[in-house]
Amino acid sequence: MDLRFTPEEELFREEVRDFLRDHLPEILRHKVRHDLTMTKADMEEWHAILHARGWLASHWPEQYGGPGWTVVQRSIFEDEAARAHAPRIVPFGVGMLGPVLIKYGSEEQRRTILPRILDGRDWWCQGYSEPGAGSDLASLKTSAVRDGDHYIVNGQKTWTTLGQFANRIFCLVRTDPTAKAQEGISFLLIDMDTPGIEVRPIVLLDGDAEVNEVFFTDVRVPVANLVGEENKGWTYAKYLLTYERTNIAGVGSSMAAFDRLRTIAGKLTRGGRPLRDDPLFAARMARVEIDLANMATTNMRVIAAAAGGGAPGAESSMLKIKGTEIRQAITALTRRAYGPYAQPFMPEALEDGYNGEPVGPEDAIAAAPAYFNNRKLSIFGGSNEVQKNIISKMIVGL
Amino acid sequence: MLGDTVRRFLAEKAPVEARNRIAYGDIGYSPEIWRGLAELGVIGALFGEEVGGFGGGGFDIMVVFHEIGRALAVEPFLGALMVGQALAAAGRADVIEGIIAGTTIAAFAHAEPQDRAAGDPLATRARRDGAGENGAGENGGWTIDGAKAVVAHGEAADVLLVSAQTDAGVALFLVPRDSAGLGVRGYANIDGGRSAEVTLRGVTVPDAALITADGAAAIAAAEAAGLLALCAEALGAMEIARDHTVDYVRTRKQFGVPIGKFQALQHRIATVLLEIEQARSAVINAADAFGGDAAPRALAAAKYTIGATGQLVAEEAIQLHGGIGMTWELPLSHYAKRITMIDGQLGDQDEHLQRYIALGRAATA
Repeated sequence: MDLRFTPEEELFREEVRDFLRDHLPEILRHKVRHDLTMTKADMEEWHAILHARGWLASHWPEQYGGPGWTVVQRSIFEDEAARAHAPRIVPFGVGMLGPVLIKYGSEEQRRTILPRILDGRDWWCQGYSEPGAGSDLASLKTSAVRDGDHYIVNGQKTWTTLGQFANRIFCLVRTDPTAKAQEGISFLLIDMDTPGIEVRPIVLLDGDAEVNEVFFTDVRVPVANLVGEENKGWTYAKYLLTYERTNIAGVGSSMAAFDRLRTIAGKLTRGGRPLRDDPLFAARMARVEIDLANMATTNMRVIAAAAGGGAPGAESSMLKIKGTEIRQAITALTRRAYGPYAQPFMPEALEDGYNGEPVGPEDAIAAAPAYFNNRKLSIFGGSNEVQKNIISKMIVGL
Repeated sequence: MLGDTVRRFLAEKAPVEARNRIAYGDIGYSPEIWRGLAELGVIGALFGEEVGGFGGGGFDIMVVFHEIGRALAVEPFLGALMVGQALAAAGRADVIEGIIAGTTIAAFAHAEPQDRAAGDPLATRARRDGAGENGAGENGGWTIDGAKAVVAHGEAADVLLVSAQTDAGVALFLVPRDSAGLGVRGYANIDGGRSAEVTLRGVTVPDAALITADGAAAIAAAEAAGLLALCAEALGAMEIARDHTVDYVRTRKQFGVPIGKFQALQHRIATVLLEIEQARSAVINAADAFGGDAAPRALAAAKYTIGATGQLVAEEAIQLHGGIGMTWELPLSHYAKRITMIDGQLGDQDEHLQRYIALGRAATA
């Protein structure tokens, strides 16, 4: 099979590189490269830059503001952006809700909501998981009871990433408690400033608070905010999850992280020689590098199949598992490289406006928080165990 | 028996929530817990009778630090152990008394910010004062310049045992924390407690501060005890991480059943359990060999084992908990952090695996 890009695709890659070179602000590049904390303004700035170029919603149809790229072009863009240390596009509006509305929303919803995602007026967050509904998402209990032109919503969502920045949330709610678990769920759009909503941060083990609990107490939501049909929300949710897993392999960002690890291992020494010349550390690095090169081709094969009209099924689960394992292995090695200097904990040194001198070698301060934070990769978006269930169901079929 | 006493004391004084307030607080440990444990004889158990203790064997150290690991205690026991063992090895029982009583907090300041090859001189240097080229001057004393890295409880210490290069070799000095020219930049550790970067700029100490002019054996004794202590601490922390994970999979329900019903998860827990038992055996081997000729290789084997097993246990415990395993609120996440960071202290699993190979070669050469 031919894994080479066409001359047109290579030209496109050049165009993307030129754009990133000219338009990716140095401060954002610096923050991503050094695992520093991104502010809301940082993320909004990058969205606005991409939106101005028409490249924000790379997988939306052109009529809604997408660039009309092929699946290969999208992959090229994502890889180049990651390798240039561009911030990740916050996925909830652009990557998740957008495609759902385009496929299942009303014309009115598409007309009013999609432009506000593109221009940044709305920041969406995701109301899926609940304390009792994680891997078993369909057991969710947050209820929406019809009352005239409104639903009355009660319940609790959790793991709502960046919910503290959001003005709107898309939620899975139970509208028919008597139906089978998957058949009584609806997909509802809710303004975060509606009375009865409370957002509480969840502090993670590195002291960071990027995820939240969202509580709903008698929250009145207009029926017009229902997406698609009542009790069909599970279908839309599953469709959204396939988008959540798009680019889940994260080849570009893992390559960028590996390049950085290679640089660190060349600079730091142990026992008088560079870490990359330490036979055990070198072997650890080589194993990850090989795994990553293999995954890059696996990813290309999946993309080629998708470009040919094939529907990715278990492949996206495969890429999610390998992609997250590889990324976690790279962050584990990066932490390991700093030895005892991974221990100092100075979260203030990762924030804007820190003028002090962090302890230890360059970037040592960020290594352990990044390692611990990235444990989430194999948990969220459908845990790797759930992905293995999907794969084995497809193959073994029992 | 001492283990049971320590366990009860820490369970009462420092359940995890209280421990976290202490561990991430301004001074990074609890003077009350420190004094209480010292009164219970915990520090004395780390040393032999010849220096005023009543223990000092490998299993004494293992028992104490096993409990420290189970409770995630952050009090400055590692410094007391390492400094005390170095002093004992150097034949300086006269300065251990305050350490054993808990009235003197001691920090071991040997590692440096700059890496160096084995056998290369330390960057921290000491020279005789008031002297011409050939030795002591009228007043005697020494001047020390250099820097020390990630010194556990460097701020809280009353004295630091500082290693420094002289023309004669690596000397050890007992330096008061309030010495002029001694800079201590403290910070929190990600796994709790505090450490410090220590700088020495023209720090002068009297001749009496020189513990030994040839400190190689004393440093080796300190590091051997420190390695055993860290391994035992990791073992204790891994046991709790295991217990919390087993409890979680027995009670957390998804798809209508406790998730512990899923065979895929059962097998992973089984792997965690058996690897922890292997790690326990490695620590027992090291405790048994402690102080003898076989100790260096057994300690390297143990530190390698708890490093590799620790990563498995910490990562699996978080993964089997799911998102909740990453939260500050859950005690597990703090155990996972401590288990993970122990690997980087006094040489990680890769360094000790290579040390094990080298010691094996040397033995058969």
